[in-house]
Parts: sequence; C-alpha cells; structure tokens
Amino acid sequence: MISRRTLLLGSAAVAGGVAIGYRHARLPDANPLTAELGAGQTALTPYVIIDQSGVTIITPRAEMGQGIHTTLAALVAEELDIALTDVHVEHGPASETYSNDVAFKPQASRGRLDDLRQVIWPARSTRATHFTGGQSSIQDAYVKMRKAGAAARAALLMAAAKTLRVPPGSLVTDNGAVVDPNGRRIPYADLAAAAAKVELLQEPTLKPRAEWKLLGKSQPRVDMVDKCAGSAEFAIDVKHPDMLFATARLNPHLGSVMRSFDASKAETRRGVRKIVAIEQGVIVIATNTWYAFEAAKALEFDWGDAPYPHSTAGHREAVERAMDYEYHSRPRDEGDVDAVLADSELIEGEYRAPYLAHATMEPLSAVALFKEGRLDIWAGNQRPTKAVLISAAIARIDPARVKVHTTYMGGGFGRRLETDFVSTAVHAAMACAGTPVKVTWSREEDMTHGVYRPMAMARFRAAVSGHKPLALDLKVSSPSLVSSADVRYAGSSEDRPDKFTVTGARDQPYQIEHYRVTAYRPPNLLPVGWWRSVGESQNSFFHESIMDELAHAARVDPLTMRLAALKHAPSRKVLERVAEMSNWGSGLPVGHAMGVAYVLSSGAATAQVMEVRSTNAGIEILNAYVAVDVGIALDPRNIEAQIEGSLIFGLAAATKGEITVTNGRVDQTNFHDYPLPRMGQLPAITVSIVESGQRIFGVGESATASTAPALGNAIFAATGRRLRELPFAKSVRFL
Amino acid sequence: MTIALNINDNAYEVDVDENMPLLWVLRDELGLVGTKYSCGIGVCGACCVLIEGAPVRSCAIRVGDVKNRVTTIEGTREQPTARAVQESWVATQVAQCGYCQPGQIITAIALLEANASVDDEQIERALAGVLCRCGTYSRIRKAVKSAARQLAAQRPNQDSE
Repeated sequence: MISRRTLLLGSAAVAGGVAIGYRHARLPDANPLTAELGAGQTALTPYVIIDQSGVTIITPRAEMGQGIHTTLAALVAEELDIALTDVHVEHGPASETYSNDVAFKPQASRGRLDDLRQVIWPARSTRATHFTGGQSSIQDAYVKMRKAGAAARAALLMAAAKTLRVPPGSLVTDNGAVVDPNGRRIPYADLAAAAAKVELLQEPTLKPRAEWKLLGKSQPRVDMVDKCAGSAEFAIDVKHPDMLFATARLNPHLGSVMRSFDASKAETRRGVRKIVAIEQGVIVIATNTWYAFEAAKALEFDWGDAPYPHSTAGHREAVERAMDYEYHSRPRDEGDVDAVLADSELIEGEYRAPYLAHATMEPLSAVALFKEGRLDIWAGNQRPTKAVLISAAIARIDPARVKVHTTYMGGGFGRRLETDFVSTAVHAAMACAGTPVKVTWSREEDMTHGVYRPMAMARFRAAVSGHKPLALDLKVSSPSLVSSADVRYAGSSEDRPDKFTVTGARDQPYQIEHYRVTAYRPPNLLPVGWWRSVGESQNSFFHESIMDELAHAARVDPLTMRLAALKHAPSRKVLERVAEMSNWGSGLPVGHAMGVAYVLSSGAATAQVMEVRSTNAGIEILNAYVAVDVGIALDPRNIEAQIEGSLIFGLAAATKGEITVTNGRVDQTNFHDYPLPRMGQLPAITVSIVESGQRIFGVGESATASTAPALGNAIFAATGRRLRELPFAKSVRFL
Repeated sequence: MTIALNINDNAYEVDVDENMPLLWVLRDELGLVGTKYSCGIGVCGACCVLIEGAPVRSCAIRVGDVKNRVTTIEGTREQPTARAVQESWVATQVAQCGYCQPGQIITAIALLEANASVDDEQIERALAGVLCRCGTYSRIRKAVKSAARQLAAQRPNQDSE
C-alpha cells in the first residue's frame, strides 16, 4: 500500500487536484505542492492538502526535537477549524516558497528555482532560505501559517456554499466540517475538489486571541506516540528493499584532501560491495552498516595536511594574535570609551571559550537513490533547498530532478544545516545507480568531522562609577562562521560581515554611557558553524561574566545592577521574575551561593539564576531558575521543555564541553571523552514563562547562552574564584 | 554461518559474521530499526534491548553470544509493564527529538518489571545509563514514577514482599 507520505512526496507529477498558491498566487510555480499532488488531492495554499482521507498540514521547519511540527500545525489547524488529532503533519518538499523570512530577508526573485540558481548557484553565498534555526521558526510562521489556515477554511466555506447553493454567510465550520443551517455536516474531505476551484483570499481575517481553541494551550505533540513506540522514522531508519549500507572515512585533517588510499585489507572483507574514493576520503558500501564500519577501519590512507595549526595551543594563539591586528568590525561605539578609561581605575580581564561539537544522538546519516537521472534523498536536514543544490551539483543534474525527503532528526542544534553528510550519500548513490544506499557516519567520524562552535576569546577593560558600570570596552575574537561556510561550500572565502561573531556581545540593551564592542577575525581554523545559540553561546558568557565582575567592583548586587542598567521592560520583567523564583538576596545556607545572568536572544529576554554549593570535594549545582519572555506563549508545556533542554545543553558546555586538536586531528571521538550530563547530574530546574504580549519569540536557544555565565557567577559568589575560561571543569571539580 | 535468534517471540535465522553486534543484525538484517545506533561502544544506552527481561546494550553484544529471547521496542507493546511505561511517556510528553527514547523506555521497562516500587535513587541509577542530548531527564523521571504508581496499583500484592 502506498503511504500518504509516498503519495505526497514520492509520486511523479500526476495531474490530479488543482493547486492554488497562497503567498505567491501570481507565480506559476509558487506552490511547490502543485507538481506533487496525486489524483484527488487539492492543495489549498502551500500548507494545506485535502483529499478523500482528510487534511494534511505541511510544517516546513525541521522537526529536530523542538516540537515545531506541533505548534506550526496548531497555527494552521486553529484557523482551519480542525482538531490536531485529525490531521496528518509532514515536512513537505524542499522549496524556496517555504523561505524563513525571519532568518532571511525576503527577496523579490525568491520562489522559483531558476531565480534561485542565479542567486546562489554556483555563488559563494550560502543563501538557501528554506531554513530552520536561530529560534526563528515561530516568528516566521506566526502570521503566515494562520493565514494559510484561514484562507483554506474560507475556500472550503465558499465551496460548500456553491455546492449547496446557499449564501456563504449561512454556513459555519466545526472541527473538520462545514455545517449548514440545518445542522448537516460536510466533511472537508468531501469539499476538496470544489474548494480547488475557489480563488483564495489574499488577506483572510484571523481569529482574535480570545477565540483560540488550540493556541495558547499545551497540545499533545503530533510526534509523541510514534517517538515513544520506536516507530518514528529518522533518516538512519529509512528502509528500502535491496538497500545497501555504507559509511564514510574522511580526512581527519578537516577540509583537506585524501592523497591516496590502500583498500587491499578492506575490499576482501565480508559484506563489502564497493569502495568509492571521493575528494576528502572514501565511502565503503556493504550489505550491512557494521561490515562497512569494519572495512572502513581496515583502510589505509595518505591524508593531505591540515590547513590549520596542528595543536589546540596553535588555535588559541591564532585567535589571540588576531587582536594584535586591525579590528574587523566595531558594531557598538557609544560615548568616549578611551578617554573615560584613561582616567579611571581599570577592571580588566581575558576570557576564553573552546570549540564545541553538536553531538546529536543520531549520528549523521542519509539515504540516497540515483535512478533514471533522478536523485531521491532522505535526510534529516535543516536546509532542504541547500541539500537539493549541493546534491544536484554532485550528480550533475538539474536541481529540479532532485527530491529531498526530510525525516525526523535525532537532534540538529545547527549541525544539520550542513550538507556534508548528504553529499556522502549522494556519492554513494551515484556509484550504485538504481540501488538505494544508506550512509551512516560512525560516532567517531561524526565527532571528529564536526562543524564546531568556534573557539573564542574576549578582552575587556571597564570602569564603574558609584553603583553602576561607567565604561565597557569589550573585544572579541573568533573565526567567522560565514567565512568558514564559504570555504566549505564555495571553495574560498572573501571578507564578508559576520554578525554571529558579535551577537550576544554588541546587542544587549544595557545602558552604559561609554560602551564599545570590537570584533577581531582570526584566519579560518577548524571548520566552524552554527551551534545552538550561535554567537551568544560564547559572547553571553563573556558579557555576563564581565557584568558580574563590574557589579562586584562597584559593590552592588549583580541583579540590582542589571535592573539599574536596563530600561527594556521585558528584560526587567524576567530579572524581577527570576529574583522572585530564586528568592534572590534572601539568606542561603553556609556554602551556598547564587549567580545571575541575563541575555536578550533573538528578542527573547532571558534571566537565569544558578545556585551552587561549594564543598571541600567540589562544586555541587543545586538549582537553576530561568524566566524567558516569549512574547506570546502558544504551547506552554513545549516551551518549558525547550527552555529546560536548552539550559541542560548549556550546562554540558559550561561544565565539560571541549573539542581539542592534536596533530591536526580532533581528539574527542565519542561520549566517553565528550561527556554529556546524565540523569542524576543535573540541578532542579524551574522555568517561568513571561508574556510581554505583542510580538512572539522563539525559545530553543536563549537558556543555552545564559547558563555558563549564571553558573560561573554563582561559583564566584561561592568561592571567590572568577572562572574566565570554559569549560569550568578545567578549573573546578563538579560533584 | 547461520545463527538462530528469538526476537519478539519470532524465530529468525540470519547468515552473518558471528562477531556482528546484535544491534546491526536487528537494524540492517531484520529491519527492526526502533533500536538505535548512537555511540557503538556501550556508553550511551540508545541501543538497549531486553534479553530475558534484562537491559542489554545491543551494540556491545556479539550476535553469536545471544542465546536467549530478545525483546526490542517493537516487541514490547502487549506487555503490561511496557504499556504502562509507554502510556506514561506519552502522558508526560517526554520526548523531544525522540532518538534516545527507545533506549530510555526499554531501560525503564526492565527496571519496573523487576520492581514497581522504585525510589528516586533507583530510577537515577538505572536511567543514568542512557544519554539524552535534548535534556528530557526530568520528564523521564516523572514518567517512570507515574508508570510505577500505575503498576503498583495494578499489582498490590507484589510490593508487600
């Protein structure tokens, strides 16, 4: 039996139902579902498909654990007037129609693959706007997907009115059906064909918040039952008859080529079908992943040299030395920092943060099938149109002949924005035309071939006056993500701006009279990329630890000082809330202490307090309190899960996370030497959601950023030791 | 060499290297992909299965050494403890990415099957073996406790021993 998924995404272009675009109604190919529809299917907007069996909602953001499918489906279902339990939810096809307009500013030419090619292929830019990341999904979808639901509902009402020959005003909808004045129900499925002939409203009216039935209330996640039954399909689980199983061994000197290899000990091993050389290494194709792993271990290589220093010390030096040269950008410069600091008692320091791996639980994996000049790819990925373009280039076919089927992701955190793992699957498929091949990177390959959170450092000079900061001169240095991505995807980089170097450092709404943030750019070192909370992951640590230093220098309570320096109302609100939650300032038992940190992250004001206990044996992390302004809370239970999870992600980095380099290779290979927190090693976490009202903000990252400084500040309060280098386990022992 | 296996009460014969970890027999030979590969060295617990009711890391046991009945996440559905655990997991809305959850659930089933009246420390000791990158630990703990309560109510006599 053909599943709905196959019917929707896998079918050839069958002239079936009629599709009508919504956002791009005047562009002939704007609705990417048009070519995908099976017989009897209707696409009402790029987000709603209706056929005889019911309603499918396209939720085009990567479901990598953050629950986005449930909330996006609820946006549509709320306006469409249907229960979440009565809809199917799909990632949908790769298309620029699903552009993320928050992460990328809309472009006039967007929406057509031809235009897209001119814009980004083979340009050095990484623009491919069907994208998930940066807490942007909910902001992007909040109006757009409610309108899609409302337009579809209006079309169904019009269709019913025509069918019944009654005025549309006499009809209402109720939970998946149009209801006529006599109470007769016509299920949406029965109206699919008629609705396809109705012109969609361009500006449908949205329900006022007071009438919301789904939004604002915690919904059971649409993926929960499958994920608890073990039947949710990740890319690593995709099955095809006669599929082969493969793995990759790539140069551990990242970004360098393979000079030669010797497969004589590998090719004779059991189960091995094919050994394929690619520029950066080898793909072993076998009848079982384990056979591929074992054969891959038996390969011998002559690797090209690492295009970066061979040791961690060399990387640290390169990041530090960049500060000796002219700065790259100065995105904040208020008052007269130099003059004021020349006349003040200086507070100075230097901070460091290491490389970090994403370490998703599902290792990088993708399935590809090259058949009759077409390429099908099954991959958990955060950027499907980029995967299309990269794959088309490898296969030397038109991007229109590439189909990316996005699966659930066993974690993403930014790692699946990259397409390196997809590329290995495409190479494998090209070598086995007609046969599907699943490529699974071993954990060791995954950990040592990351696209890491950049190593970074900061220097500051500051002065206080009375009970507040007077001047802050903050300099940060870290390799550029944008430049590194240019090298990965275009082979070279030119000097481009990179806001990610300074987010979390230059954009905090503190009122400091003399305030300067300067960024330095070291050369490209290890490949670096987007890691949950991105620039804020290091810059919040720097900035908020420094704010704590200033508070202590000014002999003022660090939370009080922040309140005094912040006029932004939601920021004040989260600080006040977290003070209440933690009983900030009230007496604590001997040895206990609290630290606070604050970050404004993609609009979400976040304040966090950590409570620790200092003992002779080490530091015990007792409690974490975090308050986040989400603007409008659509699904409180899911928001709490995201905040708690992002905090734990931050805790892993703050305490132990570190990627180091020896002989040009990443040292850490697996969870024994890149440890993650386990049950029983975590503080009690209390989350509070603040709703400032008008705008909406995502929540998947901000507590990742605020955790390290809150913890470091707590450790200072408990021990008098200022920890200026991550991870803290280098300096203190944790219980 | 052909190896006979009993998995989820089905008899299978597989022709593989006897050194192949059970995990890869389940996933790639038999298509039972609910059991997950993550570390491959027995430290993360994502690949846990039950062998005669005890939790075993299927990446760390050679298929040639598997002599007893294996239960994977796919084979747990009818059993009362498993049902209580899975229902409680859904009610607590535990999963985020969901990739580690089969390992968590299998471990919880083994724990509660042995003893439904578990305390926090016992839950921690058992579940600390399974990593979760999304940080769902507090909900896992809550779900185990709620399943335990439900099971204790169903079989009051066993707990008084």
